[in-house]
Amino acid sequence: MSPTLEKVVTVINPMGIHMRPADVLSRAAGRFQCEIIIEKDGQAIDCKSIMSILTLGARQGTQLNLRVNGVDAQQALETLSELFEQGFDESDSEVASEQTS
Amino acid sequence: MKFSDFISTKSICSELGSSDKESTIAELVDSLVSAGNIKQSDRDDIIKAIMKREELGSTGIGRGVAVPHTKHPSVDKLVGTVGVSTDGVEFDSLDGEKVQLFFLLVSPPDRPGDHLRALENISRQLRDETFCRFLKQSKNAEDIMQLLEEADNNHFV
Repeated sequence: MSPTLEKVVTVINPMGIHMRPADVLSRAAGRFQCEIIIEKDGQAIDCKSIMSILTLGARQGTQLNLRVNGVDAQQALETLSELFEQGFDESDSEVASEQTS
Repeated sequence: MKFSDFISTKSICSELGSSDKESTIAELVDSLVSAGNIKQSDRDDIIKAIMKREELGSTGIGRGVAVPHTKHPSVDKLVGTVGVSTDGVEFDSLDGEKVQLFFLLVSPPDRPGDHLRALENISRQLRDETFCRFLKQSKNAEDIMQLLEEADNNHFV
């Protein structure tokens, strides 16, 4: 049985997890076989579903717990936490252009 | 955030006539203009901005639902409308399905939190299959208004 791995990540991009980051996140998660759960305040959702991610309404500064279980869990955890650490590549210019959400 | 906090009930479109992405978006924006939520002079610019956002990736998030949106300095509070298409519209959705339910949002550039809360509310309610099905089956704006009100009163979650 594969172990469950967990990691707390922080939403650093100013706009929070709006539709574009949710899209990026669900697509990235979908490339892994393992089960990927995001937890926020007792709510646990499937990271492979964009609609579920949007129900979190995660703003900048929100801490989320990533919980992964499956054969490629370690790799999934690294890839996904990197996306959070990079702020989903939302540059200041993108935010300034006001068309990126 | 509830639907009643941002959906302009006067602009609800129960029978969208358009069959492609751009004309559907124009139809929804026009209904916000008619309802007095958006100025006629900002119409073209808002449609252009929403289309530009669609180019980054479709806002058709699956289950026959799309949330086309943009930020625009002409609005001082988040405003949105709902549109239903009986036949569905090709929208390059993430799941490839046609879109029947539209929630179009225009938000002030400096209020990302409100936009997130609106997305949170829409996605939370639309995860309920009954709510989705009833909306798709609605015959007129009164039906839609009633469904949104029931959703606001937690009938579906």
